[in-house]
Amino acid sequence: MNATDTDGQRSNEVASAYPPGDLAIWIFILAELLVFAVFFAAYAFTRMNHVELFNQYQATLNRDAALINTIALLTASYFVVRGVVAAREGDNALCARWTWAAIAMGAVFLVVKSAEYAHHFEAGINLRTNTFYMFYLSLTFFHFLHVILGMVILAAVALKAQRGGYSSADHTGVETGASYWHMVDLVWLVLFPLVYVMR
Amino acid sequence: MQYKSQAVAKPYFIAAIGLFVGQILFGLIIGLQYVIGDFLFPEIPFNVARMVHTNLLIVWLLFGFMGAAYYLVPEEAERELVSPGLAILMFWIFLVAGALTILGYLLVPYSGLAEMTGNSLLPTMGREFLEQPTITKIGIVIVALAFLFNVGMTVLKGRKTVVSLVLLIGLTGLALLFLFAFYNPDNLVKDKFYWWWVVHLWVEGVWELILGSILAFVLIKTTGVDREVIEKWLYVIIAMTLITGIIGTGHHFYWIGTPEYWQWWGSIFSALEPIPFFMMTVFAFNMVNRRRRNHPNKAAVLWALGTAVMAFLGAGVWGFLHTLSPVNYYTHGSQITAAHGHMAFYGAYVMIVLTMISYAMPMLRGREAANSNRSQVLEMWSFWLMTVSIVFITLFLTGAGILQVYLQRYSADPLPFMVVQDKIALFYWMREVAGVMFLIGLLTYIASFFVGGKEPEAVVAATEGA
Repeated sequence: MNATDTDGQRSNEVASAYPPGDLAIWIFILAELLVFAVFFAAYAFTRMNHVELFNQYQATLNRDAALINTIALLTASYFVVRGVVAAREGDNALCARWTWAAIAMGAVFLVVKSAEYAHHFEAGINLRTNTFYMFYLSLTFFHFLHVILGMVILAAVALKAQRGGYSSADHTGVETGASYWHMVDLVWLVLFPLVYVMR
Repeated sequence: MQYKSQAVAKPYFIAAIGLFVGQILFGLIIGLQYVIGDFLFPEIPFNVARMVHTNLLIVWLLFGFMGAAYYLVPEEAERELVSPGLAILMFWIFLVAGALTILGYLLVPYSGLAEMTGNSLLPTMGREFLEQPTITKIGIVIVALAFLFNVGMTVLKGRKTVVSLVLLIGLTGLALLFLFAFYNPDNLVKDKFYWWWVVHLWVEGVWELILGSILAFVLIKTTGVDREVIEKWLYVIIAMTLITGIIGTGHHFYWIGTPEYWQWWGSIFSALEPIPFFMMTVFAFNMVNRRRRNHPNKAAVLWALGTAVMAFLGAGVWGFLHTLSPVNYYTHGSQITAAHGHMAFYGAYVMIVLTMISYAMPMLRGREAANSNRSQVLEMWSFWLMTVSIVFITLFLTGAGILQVYLQRYSADPLPFMVVQDKIALFYWMREVAGVMFLIGLLTYIASFFVGGKEPEAVVAATEGA
């Protein structure tokens, strides 16, 4: 109804605002972090009561694959940052290229993780195998879905950038997408040591 | 009223209120049967009265949602409904089918009703909340399809807004998930499992989308806050609703024979279900505080804010109380469940329908924007009477539930069910008194439609202008 008449004004306000990106995404990010925090806490408390079981089956996980994935996500985050910088300078084409590169790193994560899952499923492992695998599969798969969502959001950003949709004055959308992606990355940085490494 | 076809909402709203009265009367009957076991026996046994109480609730809320959609969609789409005639035809079909079903419950023994309606051809009867004869269920599907066609085509042909799209997703989900009412496997675990796909995924999934979009609509209209801002909130709220609500279904799967991981999934995700409700509360108050104008329909704003608060308390907080599986191990199916059910249904769905009725009815009855002051004051009295009553009903049932769980399931010497019921009878009496107060509130609400009709419309005092 009166959505368009305030558009010009709004974007200028938001461009200099803190936190970067749209406030709504931050509410969403905090809620998502809360979901993961509860999940992590549940994992930690359960592990406390089954240390041996957790240590035994943790050894079956492929830490090299997880390390590759950690590097993939961190690299993606770096690319996303370059995309934001490009957008701030008003270079839409460069922003789109960096963002697509980040999405490609996300795809690397998905491929490696899928290979891990395939390996586990071949071994007949499922949610009912034991408590450790229940947590491992649930936590990593829930994160897996977030990587996909993050890629969808970044793709929306990249497509808009390709159409020349951002400018040095108005690039809130890029920062919004970048903020979400960093959340996905951050969660993995907790998940990786917690599930794969710590014993 | 901007579009003529919005008028079809009126009969839906009137039917909703009428059935609401019926629901409360049967609620009072079963409330009394809790303490006077043979009250109205054998004419209206407890199980039948309870079935009528819960089924009427669902049916009148559906009438309310449909009325709300018929009012909201033309205004959002900026065009007339595709077929007002179809809307009226479906209204009568739904009303007659609903009335026949309720009469069937009351006049024929349930097994006889099953036989009469050919349940054996496609058995779907006999499950809580889905007791309707199969032919009624088929009728519901037909009405839902015609309704979806009507509002869906209107949205597609007109302006598409986030509010109308979210509403449409919610209503489509409502119709699709109802199809699981026809799936009735022999395996009891599977039966219960998919039964919750209707019951839970309605109230803790798609209905929340309907709630969110109606609330957003009323807030856009009454506060004058930018649509853009409100839509953003709506996105965030529905995303959280779906993330927590869908897997949160697992909190019903703890004790029905499903694998153990549901204890974790159900506990973790459903524990977070209060978040979207809390967001809704922050959202509603935030928007009203940032309002650009004072709307003359204060009653509607009160209902909108009330919905946001009571939905959070009833669905969010009272749901959380017993959602974790180690807690639910003790509280499952006790009066704590009943306490939660009462406040959640009232706070989330009864109140959102009444919010919409409060906002739309003055226009549907030919007013410019609001009822007279006198009518609004009475309506706001009814708001407080009903809301305070439901708070007391909830508190008394919670008290009864805690005692019940302790005496029957937790103490060193657990007592039998009926012995415990006798011991907590005082709470049931108090609940019944609160129920009578609720009925008085409801009658006050109805009276508000009939007072001050000839008086001038309420206006915003000049000093109040934002």
